[in-house]
Amino acid sequence: MRKTLVAASALLALAAGPGATSALAQQKSVKIGFVSTFSGPTAVIGNDMRNSFDLALDHIGRKMGGLPVEVIYEDDQQKPEVGLQKTQKLIESDKVDFVVGYIWSNVLLASLKPVLDSKIFLISSNAGPSQIAGELCNENFFSTSWQNDQTPQAIGHYMNQKGVKTVYLLGPNYAAGKDMLAGVASTFKGKVIGQDLTKWPDQLDFSAELTKVKAAKPDALFVFYPGAAGVQFLNQYVQSGLKGQVPLYTAFTIDSLSLPRQGENALGIPGAQHWVNDLPNAANKKYVADFKAKHKAYPSFYGAQSYDAVGLINSAVVAAKGDLTKKDVMRAEMRKANYQSVRGPYKYGNNHFPIQNFYLQDVVKDADGKLTLKTVATIIKDSQDEHAKKCKMKW
Amino acid sequence: MLLFVEQFLNGLQFGLLLFLLAAGLTLVFGIMDLVNLAHGSLYMVGAYFAATFTAWTGHFVGGVLLALVATLLVGMAVEVIAMRRLYGRDHLDHVLATFGLILFFNELVRLIWGPAGMNLTLPPWLNTAVEILPGVYYSMYRLSIIVVALAVATGLYLIVMRTRIGMLIRAGASNREMISALGINIKLLYTFVFGVGAALAGLAGLMQAAILTAQIGMGENILILAFVVIIIGGIGSIRGAFIAAIFVGLIDTVGRAFLPDILKLALSPAAAATAAPALSSMLIYLVMAIILVVRPAGLFPAPGSR
Repeated sequence: MRKTLVAASALLALAAGPGATSALAQQKSVKIGFVSTFSGPTAVIGNDMRNSFDLALDHIGRKMGGLPVEVIYEDDQQKPEVGLQKTQKLIESDKVDFVVGYIWSNVLLASLKPVLDSKIFLISSNAGPSQIAGELCNENFFSTSWQNDQTPQAIGHYMNQKGVKTVYLLGPNYAAGKDMLAGVASTFKGKVIGQDLTKWPDQLDFSAELTKVKAAKPDALFVFYPGAAGVQFLNQYVQSGLKGQVPLYTAFTIDSLSLPRQGENALGIPGAQHWVNDLPNAANKKYVADFKAKHKAYPSFYGAQSYDAVGLINSAVVAAKGDLTKKDVMRAEMRKANYQSVRGPYKYGNNHFPIQNFYLQDVVKDADGKLTLKTVATIIKDSQDEHAKKCKMKW
Repeated sequence: MLLFVEQFLNGLQFGLLLFLLAAGLTLVFGIMDLVNLAHGSLYMVGAYFAATFTAWTGHFVGGVLLALVATLLVGMAVEVIAMRRLYGRDHLDHVLATFGLILFFNELVRLIWGPAGMNLTLPPWLNTAVEILPGVYYSMYRLSIIVVALAVATGLYLIVMRTRIGMLIRAGASNREMISALGINIKLLYTFVFGVGAALAGLAGLMQAAILTAQIGMGENILILAFVVIIIGGIGSIRGAFIAAIFVGLIDTVGRAFLPDILKLALSPAAAATAAPALSSMLIYLVMAIILVVRPAGLFPAPGSR
C-alpha cells in the first residue's frame, strides 16, 4: 500500500518537465522578444524559425532605422503556461518593444493578454487562431502567417476540384486542430462522414482512429499533424495499408522539416501552403539561396514567416525613424505590408491577417536527389479568412 | 463486428507494449524497493540504439538484437554506477536521483543523435498489411508486436515461476532481508533484474520506434501509463502487470474508438467531439482510482509485500 502511494506520487512528479532560460539587457536598441519551442521533439521548428529570423536580420545589417537590433529568444516548451510565463518575463523584465514568434495556437492564446495589455506589438509568425482573427482582434496584433482556417479551406477547394464526395477528418485536440477541421468543412462541398480529435501533444499512436477511417470507407482522408507528429502519422498511415485505399490530403503535415524523415512515405500526397520554397519572386530567391548556403537544408514555411516578421518590423521602425514611441506611425505602416515579403506582395485584412494566395504543393526530388516541395498550381487567389467579419476593428 | 476485432487488436497491441515496460518497472520496484523514473529513458535508449544499429548493419532483426544487448548493458551499468547508491534510502531520494537521470539521458541523446529524432525503417515484409480474417486487413508490424510480446510474456512467466532464479526474484519481492540473510548474492541478483528490466523497456521502445519514431523524451509520457499499470496490477507482481497492462491498453483504445459515438447519443455532435478526447484520456485514471478504492494494494499484490 505504501509503495502504491509512492508510485502514485512518482506519477505526479513526471508531469513536470525540464526547461532552460536566458536573458540579456541593454538600452538604445530595438528589443525583440522571440517566443518559440526550442526544446523537445518540436525544437526543430523553433530552430528553423530562429535561423530564418537571424538570416533576415543579417540581410538588413542587424540595424533597423539606425538602431541596433537585440533579440531575446525564449523557449515555451510547447506548453501554454510556460509560454505565458516567458512572455511576461519579456515584457516586465526585458522591456521588449516587439514580441514575435509562437508556433502553437494554444500557447499564443495564453500569452496574448499580457502583451496587448501593455500596448506592445505582437507579431505572430505562425499561429493564427480563429479567436484573434475574430472577436479578440487587436490593433497591436499582426500576423505574418495565416489564419488557421485558410490553408485547410484551400484543401477543401482542391478536394472539390478532384471530385471527392466523402471525407474523414483527423487532427489534434487543441485550438489549431479545431480551426483546421472547421476550415476544411467550410469549403468542402461533399459530406464529412466522420472526424476525430486526438489528444495533443502526447497521443502519437493513431491505430484506433485509422481503423475507424478504414471502416468508414471515405473517398479521402484529411489530416493536420504538424511537426514530428506528421512523420509518425504518415508511418502509421502506410503501415495500416490505407495508402492506396484512401487518398490523403494534408495541411501543415508535410514540410521541409518533416520531409527528410517522412521520405518516400510522403510521395504523391498533396498539401496547401501560402509559401513554397520555389516561389519565383526576388526576395524569396535570395532568402532560399542564402538559407541553403548557410544551413545546408531547405527552409520551411515556419522560417519564411519568421523571415517576413523581420521585414514587417523593419518597415515600421524605419517609418517611425527609430522613434519607437510613435506607435500610430508604426501601426499605419505595418497595415500597408510595405516590405519585400518572400510570398510576394499581400494585403492586410481589417483584422491584421494577410489576404493572400494559397498554392498546391507536391513532393518531388530535386537535382541532388533530395526530396523537396514544389508549387503545382494556385488553388485560391487573395483568400481572406471568414473570421474577419467578426472583428470590429476598422481602419 | 470486423471493426471491433481490429480495435481489439489495437488495444491488445498497446497493452502488451505497456506490459513490457511495466514488467521491468514492477520488478525493480517490488524487489529493490526503488522508484525508477528513469525507466522511460531506457525505453528511449532502446529506440535510438535500434534505429542506429539497423542503419549500420542494414539488417532489421540483427540491429534489433544488437540494440537489446546494448540496452541490457546500459541498464546494468546504470545499476552499478548510480542505483546501487540509492538502495535503502528514502523514496524521495530515488525520485530526485532518477529524475536527474531523465535529464541526463535526454541531454546525452541530444548530444549524440541531435534534437530531430530518428526513424527506424521497417523491412518491406513488415511494412504491409495482412488479411487476418476475410476482408479484415491488419498492419503486419502491429501483429508481429503482439506475437513477440506474447512470447516474451510467456518466457518471463516460465523464468519467474519455474526456475531457480525466478524463485529468488519472487522471494526478493516478498521479503528481501530474508533472502540476503539466507546467503543469496543479492547484489548480483539486483544487477541482473535491473538489466533485464532495462532490456524489456528497450524492447518496448524499439518496437514503438518503428511506429512513433525515436524522439527525445518519448519515455516520459508512456512511463506515466506504466506506473498506472503497476499500481493497478499490484507492485512486484508480473501477473498483475500483465493483466493490468492489457486492461489499460484496451480501455485506452476502446475509449478513443467508441466514446465519441456513444457521447453523440447524449450530446450535440460539436460538444461530443470536444468532450470525447478529454474523457477518453481521463478514463484510465478514473478506472485506477476505482480499483484503488476497492483493492488498495492493487489487483494482484505480491504475497507478503507491505
